[in-house]
This record gives sequence, structure tokens and C-alpha cells, in this order.
Amino acid sequence: MQMRLDPAADSDDLARSIADAGPSRSLWQDAWLRLRRNKAAVASGLVLAFFALVAIFGPALAPNPYDRVFPQYVRVPASLEAYPRADSIVPEFESVLARARVEVGDISLDGGTISAPIVSGSGIDPRFTRFVERSNLFTNARIVDISADETRATMVADVARTYFFFGTDANGRDLFARTMIGVRISLAIGLLASLTALVIGVAYGAVAGFLGGRIDGVMMRFVDILYSLPFIFFVILLVVFFGGNFVLMFLAVGAIEWLDMARIVRGQTISLKRQEFVQAAEALGVKPGGIVRRHIVPNTLGPVVVYLTLLVPKVILLESFLSFLGLGVQEPLTSLGVLISEGAANMQGATWMLVFPAITLIVILFALNFLGDGLRDALDPRDR
Amino acid sequence: MNARSDDPVLTVRGLEVAFETNDGTIEAVRGIDLDVHRGETVAIVGESGSGKSQSMMAAMGLLASNGRARGKAVYRGRDLVGMRERDLNRIRGDKITMIFQEPMTSLDPLYRVGRQLAEPMLHHRGLSRRAAREKAIALLDRVGIPDPQRRIDAYPHELSGGQRQRVMIAMALANDPDLLIADEPTTALDVTVQAQILTLLADLQRERGMAIVFITHDLGIVRRFASRVYVMRRGEVVESGDTRTVFEAPRHPYTRMLIDAEPAGEKAPPPADAPMALSGERVRVSFDIGGGLLKGPPVVLKAVDDVTLRLRKGQTIGVVGESGSGKSTLGRALLRLLSSEGRIVFMGRDISAADKAAMRPLRKELQLVFQDPFGSLSPRMTIGQIVTEGLLVHEPGLSGQERERRAVEALREVGLDPAMRNRYPHEFSGGQRQRIAIARAVILKPHVVVLDEPTSALDRSVQKQIVELLRDIQSRYGMAYLFISHDLAVVRAMSDYVVVMKTGRVVEEGPTGAIFERPASDYTKSLMHAAFALTDFHDEARRVAQGG
Repeated sequence: MQMRLDPAADSDDLARSIADAGPSRSLWQDAWLRLRRNKAAVASGLVLAFFALVAIFGPALAPNPYDRVFPQYVRVPASLEAYPRADSIVPEFESVLARARVEVGDISLDGGTISAPIVSGSGIDPRFTRFVERSNLFTNARIVDISADETRATMVADVARTYFFFGTDANGRDLFARTMIGVRISLAIGLLASLTALVIGVAYGAVAGFLGGRIDGVMMRFVDILYSLPFIFFVILLVVFFGGNFVLMFLAVGAIEWLDMARIVRGQTISLKRQEFVQAAEALGVKPGGIVRRHIVPNTLGPVVVYLTLLVPKVILLESFLSFLGLGVQEPLTSLGVLISEGAANMQGATWMLVFPAITLIVILFALNFLGDGLRDALDPRDR
Repeated sequence: MNARSDDPVLTVRGLEVAFETNDGTIEAVRGIDLDVHRGETVAIVGESGSGKSQSMMAAMGLLASNGRARGKAVYRGRDLVGMRERDLNRIRGDKITMIFQEPMTSLDPLYRVGRQLAEPMLHHRGLSRRAAREKAIALLDRVGIPDPQRRIDAYPHELSGGQRQRVMIAMALANDPDLLIADEPTTALDVTVQAQILTLLADLQRERGMAIVFITHDLGIVRRFASRVYVMRRGEVVESGDTRTVFEAPRHPYTRMLIDAEPAGEKAPPPADAPMALSGERVRVSFDIGGGLLKGPPVVLKAVDDVTLRLRKGQTIGVVGESGSGKSTLGRALLRLLSSEGRIVFMGRDISAADKAAMRPLRKELQLVFQDPFGSLSPRMTIGQIVTEGLLVHEPGLSGQERERRAVEALREVGLDPAMRNRYPHEFSGGQRQRIAIARAVILKPHVVVLDEPTSALDRSVQKQIVELLRDIQSRYGMAYLFISHDLAVVRAMSDYVVVMKTGRVVEEGPTGAIFERPASDYTKSLMHAAFALTDFHDEARRVAQGG
């Protein structure tokens, strides 16, 4: 790989070798190239992108709004068939028509409409439709195809059918829509809070570790003080300050969660700053800011990324705890954590209430972990 | 020590070692034959990566988990390759023992020396604890540890590097082995200690009649110490035979290259009217190493004590001394990377009182190259970024393109292909990394470069290239070097003036020729002895070493 070259080589040669190497790449560009080669990480990234799309557009596209209550469908199991089921619609239709004292022929159910030939010795009365509409299953009842002698006709009515792919919860709300809104809230919270913790923690830890001495002591004692304050007390204070705005609130939670990050980064920094490449940078006259930015922070990224992937689920679960206390997201808004705790409470009678949100969360966390691992490897040029 | 008999201890035939890695199979050893007879010393010589260590590791069953060995390594009629772990354990540590390069890491820091010494005796000989301890004390005494009764209860960190290596040797001798494999046992040690350890090994061998396989890259040791030599290159034995024959009439060009790799040449002093580049008057550096509040009076270590040094433009001053002599500290103090007392003048400007901020613009002119080319390059920066970092600081006005051009120029200048500047340091060999570190320093066109053991971590032949490169750059730009090294051969080739340091003080100084030909102080003489006696033929050198 070594070449003995004449240093005063002509400029053509110079230009060629610049072109050979291509433009200089930054650490992040390089990491991206390496990440793309890691199949597990790419798949995880796609899964997360999918969930992000679901979180953004899903609730709008779901068959039911997440906060609509269906009193007649409380805790119905998950199904790909529409509710109400055919085997409950037909008898109901029969019985309402029986109340109208007409003879009923073959009832046919076609999607959202139900129809049956009816025979009435006393003639078809348009008021028959009222009997049908009295039931809350049917709407828009009408009589068509009235025969010439007005004794035969066909009764047609619309059936309000709807899908509950994930079933419904204890209040009769569509769990599918609620899971999607839960993904939106949980992802937003997890990322917001973790990124806040990342930025504050890395900056604080790196500065404290690098400056060392008395400044480090003071900065770390401040961290200790924050550690010693009760967390719930903090959160209640934050709720008082920020009110119901959950975005601000979780920025604030992130602002507490940075403590661990700062500790980790400080420890790394202290061992890094004794390394010769940091001394070499000092000998080059690089300012402290430049050393922290170019030499310290990039070299702490490995543990930081791993900790970050642990922090996201931690914050998601923390949020469900806060919601349980009534300090997090408020009904009818929901999050995966809230859905799971509701599901756990209804586990015996309605497993689907636990299964679907839990699977969703598990998939998200798996993807986050694989992506985190992939990122750590990608950010370490030594490890290919 | 050359009591060669026809009693083979270890016979290696067609030994191959391969490692499965992510980048495919790496063949570290490609079928070597090797014989070791009772009571003889065989050296395996080669540069790093030649497979010299791996061949012996394979024979001992100590390969890394991804390594595979094929072929035969017969010890007293039993093939060690592919032997079951249990049977192997009965032989290694008992009949075949090993000592390693790093005395700092091959002893467990958590156990007392005595316990680690007793371990093989308890295990293989079934001695009682008391008997093992008695024997351990006797062994420590034999390997020349002073006050063994007390030292046996010391922890490894309480011993010096040389003493630790002695403990390792004692451990290896505990069960009277037939074969001792010494893997670069003196590379990490100072020259004087190195000579002592080698003498000890030679004496022990004569006493006990064991065979020694000596793995090293240092031809000086081979020449002095071994009766037969195997020269390895890229996993193959390229030449073997009697040491004297191989050295006097090397047949293979690689052997010849290794023998010629001793740094040669000398440096002419700069003209008498050359301007002063950097001078330090009565420089002192001291560290507080103990005491303080409630702990008694402060204990102060004078790392550099009253040293005066004048470095002129185009001059190279070699600073020589053993580890702990304060030579690196002196270099850093002169660059004002450490606070010191005394007057330091750079290009006519007194910088003794300059603080970090005031020094920053001057850093362009005062550069430092470190010993360890692995630690001194940031692992997450590309070569291009590393080399141009100084430009970012000192010539912030440069455009990205211009910086790129300068990087290419600097890499060319140190003999590296500029197309590699998007790669990361770990992809380069030690010598290439040291070139990168040099490029980082010379890109700023400094007036003074402090070279802190820049060649110590490198193979001889690479050392030679680096020395040539440094000389080449110096003659082109006329910079002044402060060359810190414990390697006298390199210092002789590099510098025109030599300063010998011991425990922070200058023992002797003068023009290179004078110092090397007529050393005045005893300390300098002993350094010379240790370093250059090694390159003489073993019989003569042994007499000298025993006498001194």
C-alpha cells in the first residue's frame, strides 16, 4: 500500500489522486454506508418507518375514529368480519318484520344492505318501515318492488356494519384505531424525550469529563442533586408548569432522563482524554471545543447509541406509568403503555385487548434494538 | 549453552495455522518444519505478522478460537497438535512452558506473586502449600529478585517491568521444564534490563539443560543468544541454520534485508551560525505523588531536574535514557504541554509564562510525534481528517479543496498513497500509522518537532524506513528535531548531539560521535554495553555481560 512518490509531482497527477479517493466522507456518511450493509438494521429501519407512517396517517384511515364509543359492541373480539355479524342481523330482521305482521320470504344480506320479500294479506303499508327502523341495527328502511295487487313487496334496509380488526375495548371503542393512535403517541414521546436526554446528556457529560477538576466536581454534584430529588415530585411540578401539553411535558421528562447519559458520557470522556490522540490534538493547538466535538464525542457514540436504544423503551413505559397516575396522556387520547395496562386488567375475558398493543410494542422495541446495534457497529469504523 | 545433542525435544513437521475471519481464511503459518534439541537455543526471527508466534502457540494449543492447526508438533513421541485439552494440560505449564512479551499483562494483578508462582507446582507436582512456597522463594532468589522472602507477598504492580519478567521466568522454571518458549521476552524492557534478563536465561539454561525457543524480531538478541536460527516470513521459513552461518552468509534476500535493517548513517551538525530554534534553561518539572492534606508532607517527584538544552535550526538532539529517566517529560515541558519551571525560549521569544491560549498560535511551529502509532490517531477520524486537523486550526481560511490538496501533498511526502485518505487508522500497519502521525506534524511546516520514541513500537526494517523519512524531511525543510529514544542505534543514526538522562538529570551530553566513542560516565557506558554488546557474537558478549 505504500508508494514512494515524488512530492513535487505534477498537478495532473495530484488531481487524479484526489479524484481516485473521491470526496472526503464524514463519519456519518460513512456510518450510513456501513449501516446499509447490515440487513437486520435495514429491516428494522423499514419496520420503524412503517410504524412511523402508521402513526402519522393510520388514525385518519382507520374505519372508526379512535374516540368513538359503540355502546352495542363492548369488548367484542378481534375479527376480520364486519360487525354486527350476519347470524345476529338476520334473526333481528325477522323479528322486527314479524312485529309488523307480514310473512317473510328468504332474507338476503348483501354487504351493507339487507332485503327480504314480504307478503301481507292486508296490503303493504309504507309504515312497515317504522318497525324496521325502530331497531338500532337498521337504517334507511324502504319498500321497493311493490306488486300490482299491493300484497307483495321487498323490504330493504341498510345495516350499519363496521370492522373491528383488533376488537373493541371495555368502553366499546375500536382497538385498531386506538392502537394506531397509541403508536403515534408512544413513538413521539419516546423519541422526543430520548433525543432531549441525548443532547443534554452528551453535551453535559463531555464538557464535565473533559474539563475535569473542580468544574467536573461541581457539575457532577449538580447531577447528584437532581438524582436525589423524587421523580414523581418533579413530574407533578412539570405538569403544573406545562399543563396538559404532552409534548412539552415529555421534553421535560427527557430533561430529567439525561442524568444517566451524562454519567456514561463523562466516564467515557475521562478515559478518552488520557488517550494519546487527544494529547496529539492539544499539541496541534486545537481548542477545547474542537477536541470535545471532533475527538471526544464521536468516540463516545458506541455506548451512547446503545444506551439510547434502551432509553426509548424506558421512556415509553415510564409514560404508561405516568398515565396510570393521571399525569400522562389524558383520555380519550391513549398510548401503547396505557393500552397494555388496560389489556392486562382485562386479560381473562378479552385477551385481544392485551395481545395487539403488546405485539405492536414488542415489534417496535425489537426494531429499535436491532437498529441501535446496527448503528453502534456502523459508527465504529474498526468493527466491520 | 550450545550443548547440542541428537535428543530432539520438539519436532515440528508441516505445521499450518489458519484463522477463519470475516474476510476469509488467513493462513498465518504455511507448513513449517522445525527441530529443537535438548539443551539448545533456537531462535525464530521475523517481523510482526510473519507467523513466528502463532507457530509456537499452535504447538501449545493456545490458538484463538477461530484458529486451526494442521501438521505435527511432536514432543517426546507425542503429537501435540490435536491432542485433547486434558492431556495437553499435563504437558504445558509442566514440561513445556512459555514466557510472553508483556510482563505487565501476563501476571494477574489481583493475586500475590507467590500464589501465582505456586500455582503450577500445586497443580502439576502436587506439592503442599508450604513446600510450594519454600520452592517459590528459592526460585525468586534464583532469578535474582532481591529480598525474595518479602517480595513473594508483593502484588504484580509493586514490581518493576524487569522484576515481573523475572517472576514470569521463575514461574516457567517451577517444574523444571524440558522446553521454554520465550515469546519476545525482552522487547518491552529497557536495554540494561534486557541484557540482565538474557544473561539470566542463558545461565539458567546451562544450569538445567533445557531447550529454549526464542521468538524475536531483534537480530541482536539472536546473534548473541541462539545457536540455530529460523527466519520466518509470511508464514514460511525462508532460511534456517547455524546462527553464525546465517549471519555471515545469508542466502535469502529477506534475511539479508533484515540484517541490513540496522539504522545506519550519521547526521552532520548544523552550521555553527544556525539560529537557535528552541532552548530551555534549567528546566524543572515535578509531580506531587503523595502526601497532602492529612497525609503528611507532600511527596514530590522531580521528573526533570535542572536540564538545560539548546536546539538549533536543522539540528537533531537525541535524548537517551531508560524509562523513568524523564526524557518524555522533558520533551513535553519544552513544548509547554506540561507546566515547568525555568526559561524556555522559542525563536527568541520567551514562552515560559505563556498559558494555553497564548501557546495555541505557536503550536503550528512546535509539533510532537508520539511513540504509539495506534493510540495517537483518533479511531473515528479518517486519515484525511487527521492529517488536516492542524490546518483547520492554524489556517482556518483555507477552502476545503485547498485543504484536500495539502493533505494529498503531505501524504505523498511521507510515502503514503493519498488515495487512502478516506480510510481509518485501524486499516494501516504500525509503520504506516507512524507515517500518518508524521504527516500530521509536517503538514504545518513546523520549526521544531519533538519525536517521542517514534520508532520504538516498530519492526527494525520499518524503523529504518521511518528514520530515513525523518532525515529526508529534515533536510528538505531544515526543521529541528528533539529525538527521544531508548534505542541507541537509532539515536546514533538520527542525531548530531546526544543528551543522556538518568532520573531527571543530564548525566552526559556532547556531539554524537564523541558520546558513542568515548562515553565518560558509568551510566552511559552501561547503556552502551547493554545495547551494543547484544550485537556482538554470543560467546564474546556473554563474557562481557557476565563480567559487567
